[in-house]
Amino acid sequence: MTVFIIRRLLQSVVVVAVMSLLVFVGVNIVGDPVDMLINPEADQAEIERVIRDLGLDRPLHEQYGYFVVNALQGDLGDSFIFGQPALQLIIERMPATFELAIAALLLAVVLGIPLGVLAGLRPDAGWSRTIMAGSILGFSLPSFWVGIMMIMLFAVMLGWLPSTGRGDTVPVLGVEVSFLTRDGLSHLLLPAINLSLFKLSLVIRLARAGTREAIHQDYIKFARAKGLSETRVVLVHLLKNIMIPVVTVLGLEFGGLVAFSVVTESVFAWPGMGKLIIDSLHELDRPVVVAYLMIVVLMFVIINLVVDIVYSILDPRVRLQDTRA
Amino acid sequence: MAGDETTLTVEGLKTHFFTKAGVVKAVDGVSFEVGKGEIMGLVGESGSGKSVTGFSIIGLVDPPGRVVEGRIIHDGRDLVGLDDEQMRSLRGNRIAMIFQDPMMTLNPVLRIETQMVEAVLAHNTVPAAQAREAARDALGQVGIPSPDERLRAYPHQFSGGMRQRVAIAIALLNRPSLIIADEPTTALDVTIQGQILYEAQKLCRETGASMIWITHDLAVVAGIADRISVMYAGRIVEQGTTADIIDQPAHPYTRGLIGSVPSRNTRGDRLFQIPGMTPSLLNLAPGCAFRERCSVADDTCLAEPEPSHPLPGRVLRCHHPVLEVAQ
Amino acid sequence: MTVQAEQRPGTGLEAAPRPEDVSVETPFRRFVSDFLESRIATVALAVFAVIAFIALFAPWIAPTDPYDLAQVSVLDSHMPPGSTAFDGRVFVLGTDGAGRDLLSAIFYGLRISLGVGVMSGIIAMAIGSVVGLAAAYFGGRVDTVIMRIVDIQLSFPSILVALVLLAVLGKGVDKILIALITVQWAYYARTVRASALVERSKEYIDAATCLALGHRRILFRHLLPNCLPPLIVVVTVQTAHAIALEATLSFLGIGLPITEPSLGLLIANGFEYMLSMKYWISVYPGVALLITIVSINLVGDQLRDVLNPRLQK
Repeated sequence: MTVFIIRRLLQSVVVVAVMSLLVFVGVNIVGDPVDMLINPEADQAEIERVIRDLGLDRPLHEQYGYFVVNALQGDLGDSFIFGQPALQLIIERMPATFELAIAALLLAVVLGIPLGVLAGLRPDAGWSRTIMAGSILGFSLPSFWVGIMMIMLFAVMLGWLPSTGRGDTVPVLGVEVSFLTRDGLSHLLLPAINLSLFKLSLVIRLARAGTREAIHQDYIKFARAKGLSETRVVLVHLLKNIMIPVVTVLGLEFGGLVAFSVVTESVFAWPGMGKLIIDSLHELDRPVVVAYLMIVVLMFVIINLVVDIVYSILDPRVRLQDTRA
Repeated sequence: MAGDETTLTVEGLKTHFFTKAGVVKAVDGVSFEVGKGEIMGLVGESGSGKSVTGFSIIGLVDPPGRVVEGRIIHDGRDLVGLDDEQMRSLRGNRIAMIFQDPMMTLNPVLRIETQMVEAVLAHNTVPAAQAREAARDALGQVGIPSPDERLRAYPHQFSGGMRQRVAIAIALLNRPSLIIADEPTTALDVTIQGQILYEAQKLCRETGASMIWITHDLAVVAGIADRISVMYAGRIVEQGTTADIIDQPAHPYTRGLIGSVPSRNTRGDRLFQIPGMTPSLLNLAPGCAFRERCSVADDTCLAEPEPSHPLPGRVLRCHHPVLEVAQ
Repeated sequence: MTVQAEQRPGTGLEAAPRPEDVSVETPFRRFVSDFLESRIATVALAVFAVIAFIALFAPWIAPTDPYDLAQVSVLDSHMPPGSTAFDGRVFVLGTDGAGRDLLSAIFYGLRISLGVGVMSGIIAMAIGSVVGLAAAYFGGRVDTVIMRIVDIQLSFPSILVALVLLAVLGKGVDKILIALITVQWAYYARTVRASALVERSKEYIDAATCLALGHRRILFRHLLPNCLPPLIVVVTVQTAHAIALEATLSFLGIGLPITEPSLGLLIANGFEYMLSMKYWISVYPGVALLITIVSINLVGDQLRDVLNPRLQK
């Protein structure tokens, strides 16, 4: 077990190191580092000072060393646009992104599981086919276009919901959240639905497949043979069995929601870190881009590490297989 | 077998499956009776329709299958045509069922207690504590040690034999008058098989329940059943008391089945094997379904053999029963 | 039967000579007739054929060349669908902010979107197949290292991988191709490895090895053709995915440059006019994108059903 965790930990460190190298090399070799790292509006003296400060006159491996040492101290450079540390900018915007991602995840579960179970119970019924057609669309439709259509329909044509921003927020444990105010909730609704559509389709498929498989299992037939009502058979015997794989997959998918919030936040001008990185890419605010990438990669590595370890605790086969390899 | 002593009368039962490829006549005109406290063995190869017969009685035939004809009279009431709620209130209450694979019948994510208590509460309005007591007693009855602790366990913490005991305990919870046991020992080790057989027989005696024991294994049913019905291709081809069927099988198929069971007398001989395979029930040709594999079949077998009653309590569907030869 | 005869020359891959080909009911013919059993999939295939045709021949069939400044007038900008230009032409789907005929722009956009998507798919398939085959065939340490890399990459969502690469590389057709290929190759590698592992354990590979055939011959002539069915399914799914991803990245302004106006860029251009109810500039390119992706996915779904050995009777 310890061996397994150490292996996985080492692997994660390697992934982060490779990513930092990739980002570093990308910024410093593929592009002109002076261009990339220095505010384009700086004058000549400023440029030379920064080149010295950043050690750009030194050999490359020393530069990478600097970058790593600074990054480990939480210093990923200052934003050109905001003049603040890039890391701080991102952390400030994190709650908005997480609120959106969590709302989307909840929507996917709350809507997806019942719809998937219904479609699985009566696969030939008309509404089941409608649900499945919807789920194919959810997989196929690029979410940015759906977002645009939602804005057109609900914000422009019907005028029911606002299309940009977070609305009013209130602090909860020092973090500003939208969902507790009426205005904030109305702002959250469209982006959350938009972000959840892909995962919703995924949950529908998982729940339907799980239902179709479980419905022919003996334990479901046996539950019926006991004379249980259909409601109890479905809500207790069936649901509890399909929830386990669905919830496991969703745990893994949370990171994906954070990554894909880049698109939704851009469409709905949601002030999270996804919109920040796109804006920074447009405005050539490289320190922020580098900081975002490092943070999100780190987040993914941690999520994957935790999931791997939890799996290995739950399923000894995974653990053994890995130790042998 | 007097009328008021019968628990179950099945008359001309037909259960067909309406598949894309055509109509599969899984059960095609089955009739039998099960007396009070009697154990009837329903024997046949896989695909003979014996399990579908069981599911038809308890009203759990999966679509695209459905009962198309016949009567199933249980305790004086015809079950065919009852609505869903009426059937539900009978299931697990007056008619219980035990399944083949105990590894699959218990829900893996629910505690034994949950699965037992819900079976009590589905049919009785009693406090949960009382239902739990009933569950504990039932576990003790089927020989599970320290039932109080075991109630808290999950199915995977039990062995196969123990799980089948739990399934039997669940079937017995509401004192059913009829238990349908669908190959309950097939998936178990031979030593455990014997224990379960003994247990089931004993419990039937104690509770006065009738039982239909579905199996492909004639040897198993010979030891437990009072009467035997042999099914082939959706029909009962021979029916009689266990002793009659085993000692004087009349239908060539039954003779084949008995011949293929190894015994002391057949030691050293080559074991008999029925040639060929069970026919597909899809678009089955008219006439005797067994004729392709039968050694005594001739042109008369192209016509449907009607059920005959050559001896009291005996039913046969054959143009050339071995009985005639003996006479 | 005539349909089968027409389809046959089109796809060379499945028609690769196999021993069964001598009989009348070839695997390929059965595959075609199985595929055509689903009406939805057949329609989707036909729709996709039309889209591919438009993409290939856009310069010849588009009403105007939307990027020829001589044919475009700012006076025609923001015209709703069905409007008539001052010179008498009819804009079936209206015009965009620069006065370009939207239908023509969509035809050209399809050409770019489909081109980038299909090209990235083919290159990614080539790279992924070779890597996957190598992993399965050589096994051991090679396999472990390759599959670890694949696993790690697949644990990141495609948009994040693309974001990293584009942040580093910048804009451009070549850059987005690199990003799309990087996102896709691992799926191909994993698919090919999985089916190659199954095939490798079969006797005909042993036989080929006994005949002392070279590695390359065994890999490409014996193993690869047998990995085709799952590969074909992955190709459709991944190509649809690549097209959607390119559109998304271009919409975000970090994908293709404005000199390569793909559907994603057309939609982005229209987005700013959305609030003033000039919906068509965004909606119609989006519908074109949607039809493309959905038709590919529907074809892919049916292929999955037809080619799945577990579902075959």
